[in-house]
Amino acid sequence: MLDTLALFGRKGIQALERLGRGHLLLLQILAGITSLLPRLGLLVAQIQSIGVRTVVIVAVSGLFVGMVLGLQGYYVLSQFAAEDSLGVMVAASLVRELGPVVTALLFAGRAGSALTAEIGLMKATEQLSGLEMMAVDPIRRILTPRFFAGFISMPLLAAMFSAVGVLGGYFVSVGLLGVDDGAFWSQMQAKIDWNEDVVNGVIKSLVFGVVCTWIALFQGYDTVPTSTGVSRSTTQTVVHSALAVLVLDFVLTALMFGE
Amino acid sequence: MNNDQTLIKIRDLHFARGNRVIFDGVDIDIPRGRVTAIMGPSGTGKTTLLKLIGGQLQPARGTIEVDGLNVHKLSRSALYKLRMRMGMLFQTGALLTDLSVYDNVAYPLREHTDLPETMIRRLVLMKLEAVGLRGARDLMPSALSGGMARRVALARAIALDPMMVMYDEPFTGQDPISMGVLAQLVRRLNDAVGLTSILVSHDVEETAGISDYIYVINGGKVLEQGTPDQIDTSSSEAVRQFMSGLPDGPVGFHYEAPPLQEDLLSMRGGR
Repeated sequence: MLDTLALFGRKGIQALERLGRGHLLLLQILAGITSLLPRLGLLVAQIQSIGVRTVVIVAVSGLFVGMVLGLQGYYVLSQFAAEDSLGVMVAASLVRELGPVVTALLFAGRAGSALTAEIGLMKATEQLSGLEMMAVDPIRRILTPRFFAGFISMPLLAAMFSAVGVLGGYFVSVGLLGVDDGAFWSQMQAKIDWNEDVVNGVIKSLVFGVVCTWIALFQGYDTVPTSTGVSRSTTQTVVHSALAVLVLDFVLTALMFGE
Repeated sequence: MNNDQTLIKIRDLHFARGNRVIFDGVDIDIPRGRVTAIMGPSGTGKTTLLKLIGGQLQPARGTIEVDGLNVHKLSRSALYKLRMRMGMLFQTGALLTDLSVYDNVAYPLREHTDLPETMIRRLVLMKLEAVGLRGARDLMPSALSGGMARRVALARAIALDPMMVMYDEPFTGQDPISMGVLAQLVRRLNDAVGLTSILVSHDVEETAGISDYIYVINGGKVLEQGTPDQIDTSSSEAVRQFMSGLPDGPVGFHYEAPPLQEDLLSMRGGR
């Protein structure tokens, strides 16, 4: 009984220590912005690696999510003869929720896991130690550009997801199900609010960008430098990011849209 | 620069990993311009010692002074400034895998100097020539053999013309030719450029062949120190056992464990 209690205590302390290390790392990453500004080339290279290479999976997923929304929305709305509002439903769902959330989940699976594996392997092969001994701070040189690349890429990817999703919804609604073309766009234009919907969606994706990239970088930097350690950290990146995104989405939604 | 003839002074060094004591009151002096070897069986903390000298680890007690500066009392920026005057050759080479041989050697120059690319090119080619790999400049690290990777890492370590280079097990896993080439390189670079070299190794013959002074450490203490000849004729049984590679002697082969009979007859489940 006492052993079990001690085990829980030990695990709890370890988790708190890890949380503390994670926050300290975030502060060090943020402090690195001063050395990033004169070398924006590093940032551009990471946006290419983290953001641009995630475009295809985000665009394809967005297209199909938009198409499914069109089909499901038509099924429900047509029962109330309200299928002209399909454009509003598709756009609001995408811009407010599915765009930021699904993009963040895809980002964690594609870019987050790659970041963790890359940093973890650099640690395992002593490349990070090598940089330190060359008087190059690995946090400023390796982690900071990746962090800001994730922060910038996420809202752009979410915007792309939503835009392609709307096109997918349009294709199904107007092209296949015969919803009126003018009603689809005009209702969307009239009902989707810039601040309420679009800005709030962008804020969500900025928050998810910070959290997903931070988790991925910390998991890589704090990994046990063995093949099992890197593999476990990569898995944890995806699991922790997914949970954090879903919990934060609820909190943000409650703050933004709650009465 | 400090004019003291001793570049590195280690005094009363204590360091432990968990309950395992690695250093228990170690004193070491590394003279300038010489090749000093730190030798001892595997697991005695030789690599740890280099990390302590480089400020990557913090000792529990004791001081390490490099060129008159207490490494563990320095501010972050002063430590990084000091590291620019230290080169380190890691056991694995620690080359940046997404950069070519040329870019790896150019890396510290691009990071720490404002030299134009034409000048960097000349410096990189000179460093690569010194390790015999000028022709391999376009290769990626994955295309290099272990020995070549360490030579590239050596070229990178001397790119900023440091005052000292620390070699972490440079001969491990090398074929006899690579080993001979590396050993000669260490000696030649030390003499030609006026470096101070600290060589951590358990390869007795190669290390003794190029060293001016040797420290033998085991069990957290310095067992013996002296020139290679003095070490060769040491009266310490443990030193003789290590230098001659004898299986029996005071240096145990087995990790600490209960007696075998007791362990085998134990009714405990699992391991």
